[in-house]
Amino acid sequence: MTNYADDEDQAAKVDARQNVSRRSALKGGAALAVLPLTFEGPAEAQPTAPMVAGVAVEPAHSVLLSTSVNGKVVEFRVDARSSLLDFLRERLALTGAKKGCDHGQCGACTVHLDGRRVASCLTLAAKAQGREVITIEGLSDGEGLHPMQQAFIDHDALQCGYCTPGQIMAAVALVNEGNATSKERIREYMSGNICRCGAYVGIVAAIEDAASKMRRA
Amino acid sequence: MQPFTYTMPRTVAEAIAAFRQAGPDASYIAGGTSLYDVMKLDIVRPRHLIDVSAIEGLDAIETGRDQLRFGALARMSAVATDKTLLRDYPVLAESLWKAASQQLRNMATVGGNLLQRTRCLYFRNGTGNPSSVGLYPCNKREPGSGCAAIGGLDRGQAVLGQSDACTAVSPGDWPVALTAMDATVELAGPDGSRAMPIAELYRLPGDTPHLEFMLQPGEIITAIIVPKTPAGRRSTYHKIRDRESYAFALASAAVALDMDGDHVRRAHVALGGVGTRPWRARAAEQLLVGQRLTPESALTAGRAALEGARAGKHNGFKVDLGARTVADALMIAAERSA
Ligand SMILES: Cc1cc2nc3c(=O)[nH]c(=O)nc-3n(C[C@H](O)[C@H](O)[C@H](O)COP(=O)(O)OP(=O)(O)OC[C@H]3O[C@@H](n4cnc5c(N)ncnc54)[C@H](O)[C@@H]3O)c2cc1C
Ligand code: FES
Ligand code: FES
Repeated sequence: MTNYADDEDQAAKVDARQNVSRRSALKGGAALAVLPLTFEGPAEAQPTAPMVAGVAVEPAHSVLLSTSVNGKVVEFRVDARSSLLDFLRERLALTGAKKGCDHGQCGACTVHLDGRRVASCLTLAAKAQGREVITIEGLSDGEGLHPMQQAFIDHDALQCGYCTPGQIMAAVALVNEGNATSKERIREYMSGNICRCGAYVGIVAAIEDAASKMRRA
Repeated sequence: MQPFTYTMPRTVAEAIAAFRQAGPDASYIAGGTSLYDVMKLDIVRPRHLIDVSAIEGLDAIETGRDQLRFGALARMSAVATDKTLLRDYPVLAESLWKAASQQLRNMATVGGNLLQRTRCLYFRNGTGNPSSVGLYPCNKREPGSGCAAIGGLDRGQAVLGQSDACTAVSPGDWPVALTAMDATVELAGPDGSRAMPIAELYRLPGDTPHLEFMLQPGEIITAIIVPKTPAGRRSTYHKIRDRESYAFALASAAVALDMDGDHVRRAHVALGGVGTRPWRARAAEQLLVGQRLTPESALTAGRAALEGARAGKHNGFKVDLGARTVADALMIAAERSA
């Protein structure tokens, strides 16, 4: 069993006062969010390393989570409030799945849970207990790209790329569900993935192309 | 979001016991696509989550007996693609595949769907939502605080069943189809089990819009029952939205027809997107009985379905749209072979 760095025990020992101040600092984030998005400090001060240390919570408000992510079994104590998306990004540093809306509305956070596509932002991390998660990082089995990834490149199916990991995870599931039968059906079953750059024409073309390759594989 | 304890019972009895023990701040959670969403918006603040999604045997879909039975934990995506439903009860299947996205349908349960919260913008853009454009009063969220939708940006609000306290639309599609098809909801709770016609599950807002469902604390939906009817085959769920897919209904109609040639023997009609609860249109149903179905008689029925509608500032279009949605749905259903 592989364990990603887990300093939860350490975090749990953080004393109660610091604990509270960290939490109120998080709450203050709501007020900060309306400030203009400029960063005043020196560039070096911006955090670059992924944060893997979870915010300390009472044991009663956390869950022990054991799940398989991209084929590796991981075991973590997580805040019960945590979404699967935040768990993947903040604790496992798997930043492929993106946070677009955090409310199930955009599809940027799409991953596979036991082979089915889900919005990881509206999935409690606790629900992954004993199940298998596949993210964009685990889609191809080695050096080569998954046919869907290659098709997105071939058909210019992106511009900024922010929605792309979610689009690709949704698209692979769509083909496996048997829904890649026509352009209309692809559009209907991809409607949960919004692309602000409007790369939709390329996305549909990429899915049609990859679907035929996936069927042959 | 406030911290909460999280448990995952394996049986209905265990879940009810857990609820009893946890007290009034407890909440069941299934797929979480509605509850977790409103928790993130700080609208609902449970201290104990009881996840019912691992209860065994509650996700069965049974179509082979004398009635249709859907375990409360059946996923929307599973019920939407059931072959019997697609053929014999398209109104049920369509109400599900035209709802949300495949990702959400893979998570959401058909039981949780019945209890999803409204999408009223004033309800959602309130307390603690950092992305909101401001804080608005909402009687559903904070009883007694007022309703900013009345006289506000009310394009999406209800035209049927609203009160001086609340105009929020009942958002679900599946509940509308179930209402048309005379479904019953099976419940288990601290005081035993019971069954309830779906029409009795939903309250009108009146002056207590924060009370939405006729459930007792701790009651679990275990199954949804739909009586079989030959009208099922000639049925449809017609959903009109701002975009073609992945949006809530501006107006929708669930209809099923029992026909004798081109005359209507019996009609089932319910509306979504326009009412504060799933809206059964009995007047329209009665008008249709014995009638020859034509675009004209369908529209007359559609108008009857919207009888008593009251519009606000920006949602007057829903009155006509609702009537035409019913009319179109009737014509679509009639085309289908019994
Ligand atoms: C972006 C987005 C778009 C959507 N679009 C649509 C749409 O177009 N049409 C539509 O109809 N819906 C739509 N939905 C809503 C979605 O269908 C519902 O959120 C979902 O069906 C709720 O099911 P759930 O299992 O996730 O419920 P949960 O969120 O887990 O629970 C909802 C409520 O039901 C209670 N509950 C759940 N199961 C039970 C049970 N067995 N017994 C007692 N209480 C229970 C919970 O306590 C909670 O109060 C959309 C949702 C999102 C996020
Ligand atoms: S981030 Fe999950 S759907 Fe938008
Ligand atoms: S490529 Fe920019 S959002 Fe889709």
